[in-house]
Amino acid sequence: MSAANWRKAMNSGAGRIAMGAARPTVGFPTAPASIDDVVAEGDASVSRWLRLLLQHVRARHVAVLAFLLVFPWIASPFFTFQIGAQSLALGIIALSLAFLAGYGGMISLAQMTVAGIAGYLVAIFGTSGTPEISLGWPWWIAVPLAIAIATVCGTLIGWLSVRTEGIYTIMITLAIGVAFHYLALQNYSVFNGFQGLQKVYPPVLLELDWRSPMPFFYLCLFFALGAYLLVKYVNRSPFGIALQGIRDNPRRMNALGFAVTGHRVAAYAFAGVIAAVGGVLFTWYNGLITPGSVGTSSLINILVIAVLGGMRHPIGPFLGAIVFVLLQNFAIDLFDRERFNLVIGGVFLAIVLFSPDGLIGLWARFANRFAAARAQSSPVARNAVAGGSSQR
Amino acid sequence: MARSRKWLWWVAIGGPLVAFAIWALATNERLFLVTLLNGLTLGALYFIVASGFTLVFGLMRNVNLAHGSLYLLGGYVGFIVAERTEWWLPAVAAGIAAAALVGLAMQVAIFRRMPGEDLRQTMVTIGLSIVIADLLLWTFGAQVHQMDPPAWLAQPLRGLPLIGAYSSYRLSLLPLGIGIGVLLWLFLNRTRVGMMIRAGVDDRGMLAASGVNVNLVFAITFAIGAGLAGFGGVIGAVELSMVPGEDTRLLLASLVVVIVGGMGSVVGAAVGAAILGLAETFGLAYAPTYSVVFTFLILVLVLAFRPRGILGRPG
Amino acid sequence: MTQGKRMFVRTLVGAAVAATLGFAGGAAAQETIKIGLLATLEGPFAAGGQDGMRGAELAVKQRNGTVAGKKIEIIKASSDAKPEVAVNATRKLVEQDKVQIMVGPLSGSEGIAVKDYAKTQPNITFINGSSGAQATTLVNPATNFYRFNTDGAQWMVGLGKAALDKGYKRMMVIAEDYAFPYSQVQGFMTEYCKLGGKVPLKAWVPLGGKDYASVIARVPKDVDALLVVLGGADAVNFLNQYEQAGGDKPIVGGSITVSQDVLNYRGKKRESLLGTLSAGPVADAYDAPEWKQFVADYKANFKDGYPSPSLFAFVYYLNMKAALDGLDAVKGDLSGGQAKYREALSKLTLKTPTGDVKLDENRQAIGTTFVTEVAKDAQGGFYNKVVKKTDNVNQMLGQSKAEFQIGSRDVPNCP
Repeated sequence: MSAANWRKAMNSGAGRIAMGAARPTVGFPTAPASIDDVVAEGDASVSRWLRLLLQHVRARHVAVLAFLLVFPWIASPFFTFQIGAQSLALGIIALSLAFLAGYGGMISLAQMTVAGIAGYLVAIFGTSGTPEISLGWPWWIAVPLAIAIATVCGTLIGWLSVRTEGIYTIMITLAIGVAFHYLALQNYSVFNGFQGLQKVYPPVLLELDWRSPMPFFYLCLFFALGAYLLVKYVNRSPFGIALQGIRDNPRRMNALGFAVTGHRVAAYAFAGVIAAVGGVLFTWYNGLITPGSVGTSSLINILVIAVLGGMRHPIGPFLGAIVFVLLQNFAIDLFDRERFNLVIGGVFLAIVLFSPDGLIGLWARFANRFAAARAQSSPVARNAVAGGSSQR
Repeated sequence: MARSRKWLWWVAIGGPLVAFAIWALATNERLFLVTLLNGLTLGALYFIVASGFTLVFGLMRNVNLAHGSLYLLGGYVGFIVAERTEWWLPAVAAGIAAAALVGLAMQVAIFRRMPGEDLRQTMVTIGLSIVIADLLLWTFGAQVHQMDPPAWLAQPLRGLPLIGAYSSYRLSLLPLGIGIGVLLWLFLNRTRVGMMIRAGVDDRGMLAASGVNVNLVFAITFAIGAGLAGFGGVIGAVELSMVPGEDTRLLLASLVVVIVGGMGSVVGAAVGAAILGLAETFGLAYAPTYSVVFTFLILVLVLAFRPRGILGRPG
Repeated sequence: MTQGKRMFVRTLVGAAVAATLGFAGGAAAQETIKIGLLATLEGPFAAGGQDGMRGAELAVKQRNGTVAGKKIEIIKASSDAKPEVAVNATRKLVEQDKVQIMVGPLSGSEGIAVKDYAKTQPNITFINGSSGAQATTLVNPATNFYRFNTDGAQWMVGLGKAALDKGYKRMMVIAEDYAFPYSQVQGFMTEYCKLGGKVPLKAWVPLGGKDYASVIARVPKDVDALLVVLGGADAVNFLNQYEQAGGDKPIVGGSITVSQDVLNYRGKKRESLLGTLSAGPVADAYDAPEWKQFVADYKANFKDGYPSPSLFAFVYYLNMKAALDGLDAVKGDLSGGQAKYREALSKLTLKTPTGDVKLDENRQAIGTTFVTEVAKDAQGGFYNKVVKKTDNVNQMLGQSKAEFQIGSRDVPNCP
């Protein structure tokens, strides 16, 4: 490519996106607003942020957020705790996998392992029902330390996996994940073997028992929102864009001077933090951690959740988690609970075969069809359809 | 790699192993020799199953995570046939055929429709493995299915020097594994189809461009790979019994074998299987609570220093 | 796009309505008492779980589905032997389906997790299924958790002496590495060591490990017999591999090592199993009329069951029967935080097919244990015949509280 063409490319859409100026069309179709003018106007950073916020926030975001905030007040404690909080915690872990897979092109089955490591460390550093193993440190030491060490483990797993092509990543991460499962199963001095560690609860702070349904739901909601916003932010940052470039064509990115392996390992580290936070929350939800939590079926369940929801947008894993948890709990009422695996496997298979973008993909196609119907009358809507259908 | 560095690696890894072997022989020679045999025979079983996996992966870049389910399917079908006919050979044939047919169906009906989408194919195999495992659980129940060895292998071999008695069936796994390995090598290196497969592993596009019916080659390869899994299943039904959950265990063993030995290489699978089998059995015999750590350590070391496996080739 | 947005909001409203309905769901009619039933229907213990459900259903059928004029509604749930799945299933039964009494779970670690959950639901009575870990009622017991079956250690009382009587003075222990086998080994060795037996080597194998060749290679030449505490598939594997490897030492089995589901595995029956000693809460060939009636009822009601009810069926039957007998004693009155019901349960003398069962101060059963031996019947099927019956076995195994220690990998020890 000649120098002039290169300069043109860098200064046009793709380049501007890399500079963080425009929004890439990933996920839902968006309205074709001209953001450059908005950005150019605001001088003071506060008003600029405010305008960016108003630009990005849509009615649907407000509606969903309001619903989530009000949810514990209108639903039973069972729904708040077992359905709501569990979906949020699982969704966070699945989000880490969706980030790596959807934006990094690396399907890592070891995200649940990282989450499990964080859970085990919280139990070992903090209090549990096995005082011979737990060190009994206060939560404000135990939890950050657990998350930090789990992130380091996640980075190590990433470093081991990224030096080969993408297709090997599934194999390698699955093997590492299962090796850790057997390690936790057979080791008694640190992991307490088959029994695992019981009575791992969040602390009692500010006179609130954080494991009772409502406070725990809000705790999970807080971290789920944080993870969601963080992933959305990173996706539009230069790092995130570079990562997507590496997903699409690592050789070209390498030629452009990006450190491919470094970016990938950094992505694993970022995903590791998210998975670790989700792991701590999930362990607190269960009140215990056992080797079964990091076994093969648990590892694959996270992949199922991420694929079910769709990996193109950070809301996907949470949608997938809700559907998964609902199925898990109510399958026995609809059909044989014993055949739950058959149903989940069948749904997963159907999604991969017919709608690889998961529920979001189905939704987008559904919405597009209606938008297409309306597009006959409105040129603006026609543009929206064209913009939206450019998603992959 | 420079010759001196290669020597260094051999000494660094071989040294402690030789020291350990000498110590073990000195303290309890019977245990050491029996464990050695156990490891090699277990490795033979792993090799038979993993060779199918690596064949499919090497040629079609398809990580077939339903490989374990095919193993289970072959084992159950073999068990049923053995129960009905009281013969071992038809059971083996039935197990191989059942797995091969299902594998063929998978390739023709599903994978052919998504050429080149490696990750998507792999996810399909994950879904298939869950579905097949549950269907088998539904059909055969959760009870243990223990197949009997053929009558001429049912009695233990007695009077062996130093060891005493050893399971003759288990011992027969070793020549069986070697035989399968030789047959595979002959197939890949001395037949036309084998030549096409090797060419496809090196360069898929070129193979298609040179006018070979690539779909046919893929179908044959997948059928052979699946058939090997089914064969492993019948053998395993005798040695380790059939129970839900065996599929994930054998799948993971195949994964580790292929990662350690080299992706897409049958000789690599043999090396990896031997290493894994020996590591597992020696770990169980000498340090039961840490046996998994050895496997883990080997996995991590190989991934850190030779990411493609010991005998792996660049993709 | 507006259309799509409208669709989205509509779906949200629909979901909100569903959630609210969930809140309102499950208002029970006054004439029905709901009992939740949890067993392992997936995973390695699935066969045992199925039989457990059969046992519990038999107890309900014997009362024709009503107690004190009220209808009994059984709501089933399943787990896969993982404690978190068991707790989730229990929570759903208790909080969503609004059961008033909970029967389950099946395995040891699940039992401990459910007991911890029970403490958060003081108004529901939890009765055990078949979980047999000692810690469930010995360490931090829950005041609303009742166990009418004896635990893993109690199941081994009498076996130590029987082994010594057969001349097994030195034994090697091969057991799975988790709480239930620890309790079984503790129950065996407490008696065995006290009477002079020696255990020079204990081999703890990982749960679900299939390859016993290495453990078999470690069997010392100078032991007289092996104590094998493995369950289900692992037991079948071990027995086969041991015979194929030319092993000839007699085997003494744990309670689930030669139980019905193992003796009935699909495959050739091993003659070498005949004469194997074992112990547990059931003996297939016990000749008391109550037991024979129980077996006949089981066979009549469940054509797809085993030839004789397994340990799981029996134990689930016991616990469900206790739940129903308690209800009968208070005429179905579950008011006042179920206080009267709980008192009735604590004082209950449960009449079971194998003898009477009472509860101790931790709501743990004091019951009967059989020492059995494997024999062949006229049709060639294998079953367990009774060698000895011990009544009133309590959780301390006859020791004082000071000397009693919960079983672990190193306790007890007598090399």
